[in-house]
Amino acid sequence: MHSDSTEVKKSIRTYMTIGVALLVFTGITVAANQFHFGVPVAVTVALIIAMMKGSMVASVFMHLSHEKKWIYGALILTVLGFLVLMTVPIFTTMDTIGKHVPAIGGAAEHQGH
Amino acid sequence: MNIPYTVEERPDTGLTNGKLGIWLFLASEVMLFGALFSTYIILRTGAPEWPHGELNVLLGAINTVILITSSVTMVMAWATLKLKDWAKHRLYLIATFVLAGIFLVNKYFEYKDHFDKGETPAHSTFTAIYFTLTGLHGIHILGGMVVMLYFLGPGTKLWKKNPDQFTNRIEFTGLYWHFVDLVWIFLFPVLYLL
Repeated sequence: MHSDSTEVKKSIRTYMTIGVALLVFTGITVAANQFHFGVPVAVTVALIIAMMKGSMVASVFMHLSHEKKWIYGALILTVLGFLVLMTVPIFTTMDTIGKHVPAIGGAAEHQGH
Repeated sequence: MNIPYTVEERPDTGLTNGKLGIWLFLASEVMLFGALFSTYIILRTGAPEWPHGELNVLLGAINTVILITSSVTMVMAWATLKLKDWAKHRLYLIATFVLAGIFLVNKYFEYKDHFDKGETPAHSTFTAIYFTLTGLHGIHILGGMVVMLYFLGPGTKLWKKNPDQFTNRIEFTGLYWHFVDLVWIFLFPVLYLL
């Protein structure tokens, strides 16, 4: 119990530090937005900061930095599924939605008239 | 019949059933929001133009600060339980609940402002995806508040009966709450800033 409570007290300091860091990063995100970068740079900057904030929440607040292998296993599968979802937009540019596709045999039929 | 492995860890997984359960639930939530983020990318890249600066960045930033603070109070609600400090736990859980309420009140004013201007979900592709994403997130906030309210009210009985199980339940509530915060961390720049 003693070691457990010492551990928790130590963790409390970490939680506070991460909380402050998250607030600082939020300030940086808003401040970076004032610079009016081009869209690709703005997207990159905003997503990098969001990913840093997200990993802080996940690793410290959600204790993912020291979890059991079953949790990591479930999360690896989730990440794979998430990546598939994120590639869906790429597939949409490979299809023919919105493009004119001539009917099969349409050209030959047209020549015949 | 008692549900096994609510406090002691299963020998095969090294986890309590509740912990594995909440993580599997969160995994399904990642896919739900992931599908909507993917939809956002498709809609945005396919749109000839995308509105910029239509949302209130200040209100969005304030809500981000509120949710981050609520994540800190939530993890503190769990940590104080581990230290067997019931009074402080109550204080932190109430603070989390109040912060969640303030978030929703801000969201209400934001929505009201949009509706007053005629910017309903049917107004444009942007408003459609904006209301879908933030609305779903708001429902998750509301769900979290209901759970917190339960642990502030009738759920407290468990603390007297089985404090370790109660502590675990607060940990699982916290995991859900941090996930809701995590989603907002991505929603804020994607919708308000880009």
